[in-house]
This record gives sequence, structure tokens and C-alpha cells, in this order.
Amino acid sequence: METPDSIQLEAVKRSKGLEWLMTVDHKRLGVMYICSGLFFFVVAGIMASLIRIQLAVPQNDFLPPDTFNRMFTMHGTSMVFLVGMPIIAGMANFLVPLMVGTRDMALPRLNAFGFWIFLFGGCLLYYSYIGGPGLYGAGSAPDVGWFAYAPLTSKAFSRGHTVDYWALSLILTGIGSLATAANIIVTVFCLRCKGMTMFRLPLFVWMMLVTAFLMVLALPPLSAAQIMLLLDRFLGAGFFDTQEGGSAVIWQHFFWIFGHPEVYILIMPGFAVASEVIPVFSRKPIFGYPVMVAASIMITFISLGVWAHHMFTVGMTSVANVFFATSTLLIAIPTGIKIFNWLGTMWGGKIRFATPMLFCMGFLFQFLASGLTGVMLAIVPFDWQLSDSYFVVAHFHYVLVGGLLFTIFAAIYYWYPKVTGRMLSEKIGKMHFWIFVLGFNMTFGVQHILGILGMPRRIYTYDTDRGWDLWNMISSIGVIFQGIAILLFIYNILSSLRKGKEAGPDPWDAWTLEWATSSPPPSYNFAKLPEVKSRRPLWDEKHPDDPDWRHE
Amino acid sequence: MVLFSAVAMRAEEEIHNIQNIFEPTSTPAEGILEIAWVVLTICAGIFVVVAGLMVYAIIRFRAKKDDDGSEPAQVYGSNQIEMAWTVIPLLIVLVLVFVTARKTITIQNMPFPEGTLEVNIIGHQWWWEVEYPQYGFITANEIHIPVSEGDIKRPTIINLESADVIHSFWVPKLGGKRDVVPNYPNQIWYEPDETGIYLGNCAEFCGTQHANMQIRVVVQTPEDFEAWLKNQQTPPREDASVATGRRMFESLACISCHAIGEKGANNGFGPDLTHLMSRQTIGAGVADTNYDDIHQWLKDPDSLKPGCYMPDMKLTDDQLKHLTEYLLTLH
Amino acid sequence: MSNSNTATAESQQEWKLPSAPKVGMICLIVMETALFTIFVVAYLYYIGKSLNGPFPKDLLEAPIIASICLLSSSGTVIMAERAFKRKDKAKFRLFWGITWLLGATFIALTAVEWKGLLENGLAIDTNLFGSTYYPLVGLHATHVIIGLFLLALIFILSITNHLPFEHVIPMEMISWYWHFVDAIWIVVFTVVYIIGVY
Repeated sequence: METPDSIQLEAVKRSKGLEWLMTVDHKRLGVMYICSGLFFFVVAGIMASLIRIQLAVPQNDFLPPDTFNRMFTMHGTSMVFLVGMPIIAGMANFLVPLMVGTRDMALPRLNAFGFWIFLFGGCLLYYSYIGGPGLYGAGSAPDVGWFAYAPLTSKAFSRGHTVDYWALSLILTGIGSLATAANIIVTVFCLRCKGMTMFRLPLFVWMMLVTAFLMVLALPPLSAAQIMLLLDRFLGAGFFDTQEGGSAVIWQHFFWIFGHPEVYILIMPGFAVASEVIPVFSRKPIFGYPVMVAASIMITFISLGVWAHHMFTVGMTSVANVFFATSTLLIAIPTGIKIFNWLGTMWGGKIRFATPMLFCMGFLFQFLASGLTGVMLAIVPFDWQLSDSYFVVAHFHYVLVGGLLFTIFAAIYYWYPKVTGRMLSEKIGKMHFWIFVLGFNMTFGVQHILGILGMPRRIYTYDTDRGWDLWNMISSIGVIFQGIAILLFIYNILSSLRKGKEAGPDPWDAWTLEWATSSPPPSYNFAKLPEVKSRRPLWDEKHPDDPDWRHE
Repeated sequence: MVLFSAVAMRAEEEIHNIQNIFEPTSTPAEGILEIAWVVLTICAGIFVVVAGLMVYAIIRFRAKKDDDGSEPAQVYGSNQIEMAWTVIPLLIVLVLVFVTARKTITIQNMPFPEGTLEVNIIGHQWWWEVEYPQYGFITANEIHIPVSEGDIKRPTIINLESADVIHSFWVPKLGGKRDVVPNYPNQIWYEPDETGIYLGNCAEFCGTQHANMQIRVVVQTPEDFEAWLKNQQTPPREDASVATGRRMFESLACISCHAIGEKGANNGFGPDLTHLMSRQTIGAGVADTNYDDIHQWLKDPDSLKPGCYMPDMKLTDDQLKHLTEYLLTLH
Repeated sequence: MSNSNTATAESQQEWKLPSAPKVGMICLIVMETALFTIFVVAYLYYIGKSLNGPFPKDLLEAPIIASICLLSSSGTVIMAERAFKRKDKAKFRLFWGITWLLGATFIALTAVEWKGLLENGLAIDTNLFGSTYYPLVGLHATHVIIGLFLLALIFILSITNHLPFEHVIPMEMISWYWHFVDAIWIVVFTVVYIIGVY
């Protein structure tokens, strides 16, 4: 009787790798999304470090100009499409089914397809380093900037196939993201457990839902524009060919119709994480749940109508400029409401300074700062000075690093126990936090000053007499701290896998359904599908004397 | 003597190399600073208040060491408070929209009388072609404009066009940037109130040498500006001592891209060199107009500006010497 | 106490959620709409901006017959759907088959139209008209072809008796998709053959 058993065990062991390749389980796909996202994060982070080494001193010749241009293009493209998007998809994949109390995503095979096509797209983008020169030997890897303004992307100015790889790989990763988005929407609408009405969804789920809507509306326009670009390059169409009467400006419209909602696609999941972590560590329910939901929906709608604030310097009419400034400023209101509600959640609570909460508090301050520089950039005349300068670089790194990345770290510290069954080290976590806060603000804080002193973005070198030397040096030194913090983080993740403290099902004393099952959850998530009566089902369970549903 | 007058022709104004947008010296840039201060004050105020509240909340409501482990009062929200923090930002936004609209329209739609000085700037990968249509000459990379004195305003309209990809024209102390887009003519204006040389850069990524697509605007007194205009309008000097260099310039491929006076192609492939020595730099700011730099530029342009479209002509030392000497006479 | 009563009352209620395939299909249709919007906007933007001929008014003739085919196929697909729900196999196959034939006729007529345009010197690289016309009409035609494949799949399943009457959903989803393709044609027709020509 022992022999068949051990044979079976062997078979299980051997097929473990294969199992990951063939899985349609939302949790495994989620983990694979996040791991590939973190892998590309390290790659693109190394590129950023090389960029900062080149810019540390004036007239540096560490990187030749073309290499530098490829670096910032690949850095930007990777961070948005191969880091931000998959990590968001991974978080949504892992958590949404657990939080709504179901066994998997609604369309699991589409889900697996989405992941693999994303990964293929990501590899294709990097394959351009090998395949990019094509027949012409015109360099490798795209070097047109992540928004690839026409007509620099036309055959005449970008020979070889680098731009083709850029467009093709992003169309593929876009298909992957659309698969995720459709999955989130269908799962949330159709697979909620009994009693989980729309207004009892955890805010994380609400914001992921809103993000998914934005993806559905914003990603196809990018694919459309990229298809047009490929038609221009391969079949000689003239969509963006200025010699043929085509318009260089319409590419910008198409790109930013995608590109601005994309910013909200990236930051909304950050809000989602903050809206889970802050209440749990303040020991209070989120302040103003319905208003938070309404604000998210408002942001979604308004964000579809603000794209041309990236184009104030293009020379639109003053009416168009003022229109887009107005819509952009309006979006500050629901965003402000969110910040105030997080503040309201902390107010009167008993705040525990665990690492996830530290990262969320860092997020609050830095996101506040980036929101306010965003307001400055919305003021058309001020934008004529600040646009395309290092001020903008600083602004969007405060959004995407200070906002999104900080909450991703918070999320990883918060949900790592759920994913692996073990806690991350709090000691290393706190070191990671403080060193990263220091490095991040050092690198990007001073870049505001560089912008004010007239330093344009994407220049590979600069002269010594422009007053930029000191600030660039400080900015580059900050990278060292960020690098150390990231190394600590990676070490923490790897070492805690084996050595971390056992987490148990609910280490943070939290309230949403993912904590109701074991850590890591079984493949079927819940032995018996849960039934909920309020937004905080575990609170109801722990406090039968004063359950939430009496107050909602 | 020749050398001496050459020096005299070149602008000797103070160089404003630090282009702080908070120290503008031209009407549109000053207008921008006005609104910038309004916005900065409001934003700084918001930051101080909100960040202050956050700090207060974090300190005041931290879990105490001797905490009994009980849960705090569960508060779910408050409609009055939500209303307050919706309405107050809305009012601030309305104020901002109003000031933005006013300032945008004043700067962008400024009317100018007939005959205002116009400069046409055509962006190329990676240099600026500069045309003075009212005076009928073309130069490159350095733009001369007159200064306003007190109530006498001397605005300059700058028309922007591109010959290839998108560039962006930006001299922070003089005004905001405006993109230079093919097939899409744009316009900005300057009205400087201080003489000097203002540095700027192309601000929209335009390919390999985007970094070295620098701009120099020379703001001069009306007298100096007139003298400069006059010099630019004169035909090129025919110095007999450099006849060999001139013949080489005409017989080698130089004139298929560069024009000197009537000679050479006026096709926009390379900068017009008629009065090369009246400029301070070559290669859109990568080197100076002196013997060594020009010699190096002719010998190996890539060593100064990697990836630029000026070809390495594989000139002999003799050719290099004669050509450089010839170019040095083009005041 | 009243609260706890409502809660118990609630747990006894039936828990109904929307159907996943339907929500998924709506997502797909919204994505496709967003994709088409950009192509339509590009077409509208470039009307009259071609530097050289041929221009739309020289070449384009409204494809009335093709349009009638495609739009009436929306009607036949509804008839087929009703027959399916009535469990009338013969009628279902008849109307489903007619739908396919109408769609195929549309594609054939488009092919004839393109052949004529190419012979008259309009290719994708001729001018902005060609650059925007072929991608927009071609994108729609691609969707019709995908629709034809799906229609054919259901048809084959049905005649080989692999489509039991309980499987309403796949059939219904394909008919939704087909309606969407028809609706897009109304937009494309209006933009290309009406607004673009006059």
C-alpha cells in the first residue's frame, strides 16, 4: 500500500513546475503576475540607476546618447506596462475572488491566457535588444520615449524594427490587461458570495472594479493608435506621416486618451490598498464608505476627459487649454475627498505602526505632494514653463513611486502572510521603509528644483554652468539609498519564505473575507462559501455584540 | 584688425545661464510667474494644513504602549464633514479655473500691431534655423532681439515650425515653452526688459542629440540690435588671404548642405554659415567658434556631437587648415 | 432587534447575480467600441485632408445591397434565436443559415468593392483617404469574418446535433456579437459613405 502512495507523491513533486505552467488558479496566476512584475521592476530599476549615473555629473560620457535614450524609453515603458500593470493584475487576481468570497475568477482560462500573453509581450519588448536593428543596423531597443511621439516613430526617423517591437509588445500586454479587466468585472458582478451586495464590497474590490472599467475604456484606444502606427510603418499608410498631410498632434491625442486614464489605472489600485490597510491599522472602519465609492466613480469619469493637459505646450486654442485645465482641476476634488477620508479613518483610531501602515502613511504625504504639483501643472501658463522639464519628472515619480510603489510595498507586507503563510520581518521592513523614504525623496524631491531651473527631461548630458550640477548629484546619490532599500526588501521576501514567523489565518486582526480562510488559502479558497451581512464580515464574527450591519 | 572687429561683432552681454523661472525678464514669463505665485501659495497652504492634520492624527491617535487592546469607537462617516471637504476644494478649484482662464487668454491671444518684429524658427534634428522675414536673411541657433526700455515695449513674435520631428522651444526666463511641430505652425512672443544672453534647450525629445539642441537668445539694446541686423544683411566677406579655403568649401561637398551668401544650397540640411563668426557657438551649443573647435568639428563632428548629421568628410590636414581659416573670416 | 430581523430575512432571500457570459460579452463589446471609436475619429479627422487624389467622391459608391444584407441579417438572427428558444430545430437552422449567407454576401461585396478601388488607384499608401478608409472598413470586415466563423461553428454543432436546446447562452452571445457588428456598420456607413463623401 505504501508504494503507490510514494509513487504518487513523486509524481506530484515532479509535476509541480508543470502545474504552475498549466494552472488556471487565480492565486497562482496572481503570484506569477507579481513575480514577473517584480522581475521587470528590478530590470527597469537598474536602467534608472544607469540613467542617474550618467546624469550625476555634467558632460559625463558613461552612456552614449543613443544608449541613454534607449534606457529611459525602456525604463518608462517597462515600469508602466511590465511592472505597474502586472503587479496590479496580480493583486486583483489574488485578492478579488477571496474578498468577494468565491472560488476563482469568473473566466479562469482567459485569466491564464492573459498572463501568458502579457509575459510574452514583455519578453518581446526586451527581445528588441537582439532583434531590433532589423535589416538596417540602426540600433537596438526602442529609443523614442515611452509615449513615442510621431513623427519620430516613422520609418524616416526610426529605422530598423525597434518601434515595431515597442508597438507589438504593448498591443500584446494590452490584450493581457484587457483579459484581466474583463475577469475582474465579471467576477465582481457575477460571483459575489451570498449577501455581498455592491455596497458591501470591500473598497479594494470597488477600486479594482473601477480600474478594470478604465482599462476596458482606455486600453483599446492605445492598441488602435499602435495598429495605425504599424500600418504606417509596414504598409505606408499616412496616419501620422506629416509629409503626407498626416498629423503629429493626433497621435498625442490618441496616446493620451489612453495615457491619462492609465495614470488612474495605476494609482487607483494604490488607493485600493490604502483603503484596506489604513482602516485595519487604525482599528476603525473606513470613514465615509459611500463617498469613497462615489469619489472613485467620479475620478473614473473625469479622468476620461482630461487627456490634453499633457498637451498644453502643443499649441491648442486657448479655449481647449482652459477646458482641459478645468477638467483636470476638477479631478482634484474627488482625489482630495479620498485623502480626507483616509485622514478621517485615522482620526480617533488606535494607529499601529506595522510596516504596511508605515508605507501607507508615506504614501499619504507623498501622494498629497504629487497631487499639489499636479494642480500646478494643470495651470496652463505655469505648465508652459514646467511641462517636459524635470519638474514633471519629479511630479509623476511622486505619483507612481511615492503613490503606487509605496502602496505596492504596503500590500506586499500586508498580504505576504496570506500568500505564503509566513510573516515578513518587521525589523527589515522598517529599515526598508525608512531608507526608501530617504532615498526616494532625495532623488525626486530635488528634481522639482531642476525643473524650475530649466532642465528639460530626457537630455543625456548638460553643461556645467547651468546651475544643475549639485541637484543632479544629490538626485543620483539618492538612488544608492533606494537600491539598498530594494535589496533589503528582496532579501526579506526570500528569507521570510523559509524563516518567517508562521502567520496563521488572520495575523493583522483584519475584517475582510480573505482573512477568513487559511494562509495560504486552499485551492478552493473556502471549504464552505461564506455568507456576509456587512462590509466587515470578520468584525461581525469577532464582535457579535456590536456587529457592523446594525450601523450601515 | 580683422580679429578685433570680429570680437566686437559678437555679443558681449552678460550670460544668463541660470534659467530660474522665478527670475523672469520678459513680459510673458513675468505673467506666468504672477499666476505661479498664486497657485504656489494656495498649494503650499493646502499642504501645510493637510500634512499638519496628518502628522497630528498620527501622533495623537497612535496606539499607546499601555493600550488595553480594546477597539476604539467605530465611526462610519459624517455627511456634514464630507460636504465640507467637498465644497471647500470646489471653491478653491473655481478660483484657480478663473485665474487660469484669464492668464491663459491674455498671454496666448495677445494682439500685436502690424510690423512687429517677427522671427521664424524652424526646428531641425538637432539645430535651429532662424529667419528674419522682414529683413530677408537666415542664421542659425542664435536669435537676436531688442530689449524693451521702460514704457517703450519692443515685443518679438516668434513663429515656430519644424522640418522633421517635434521639438519644443524653451527659454525659461523669457517665456513658457511651445512645441515645434511639423505641419502645425505655432507662435509665441517675448518682450524682454533686460539685455543679455539667455540660454535654453529643446524641451521635447527629438532623437539622438536632443540634449545638444541648445538655444541662445541675445537680447540687445536697439542700437546693438540694428548693428547686428545690418551685419547679417551684408554679403559674405571675400577675404583674399583665405581664397584656397573658400575654393575648397565650394568644391568639396560643404555647399550641398550649407549656404554662404548666394552660394550653396539653401535647403535647410545644414545651418547657413554666411556670418558664422557672429555667433558664439557651433553645433547648437556644443563648441565655440574658435580655431580649435571649428577644426575639431570639421575633422570629426561625432567627437563633439555623437550621432549628428554633419558627416565626417575625411578631410586632409591641409584641407582642414584652409577650411577652418576660411570659416574664421565669416564675420 | 428589527435590524437582526431584516438580516435574517435577507439571508432567506434568493441570492441572484447577473450571468457571467452576458457581463463578459458586454465587456468585450465596450472594448471593441473603444477600439472602433479611435479609427472612426481618425477617419473623420482626415476627411478632406488628402493632399492628392483619388478622393472619396471620385470613387465611393454607397454599398446599398451589402448594407441591406448585413442589416437584415440582424433580423434573421433574431428569428433564429426565437426558433431556438421554441426548440424548433428546422427553423433555427434555416434562419441561422440565412444569417450566415447574408454575412458572407456582405464580405463578398466588400471584396468586390475593394478590388474596384484598387484598380482605380486607391491603395492604403496612396493618400490619407486610403490610409484611413482601408483600416476602418477592414477592421469592420475582420469583425464580420470572425462573426461568420462563430456563426458557422454554431451551425455545424447544430446540424451534427451537438447543440442541445439547453445551451442557449453560446448561441445568444454570438447573436449579441453579430448585432454589435451590425451596429458598428451603421456608424462606419454613415461616416465613410455619407459624411465622408459630402
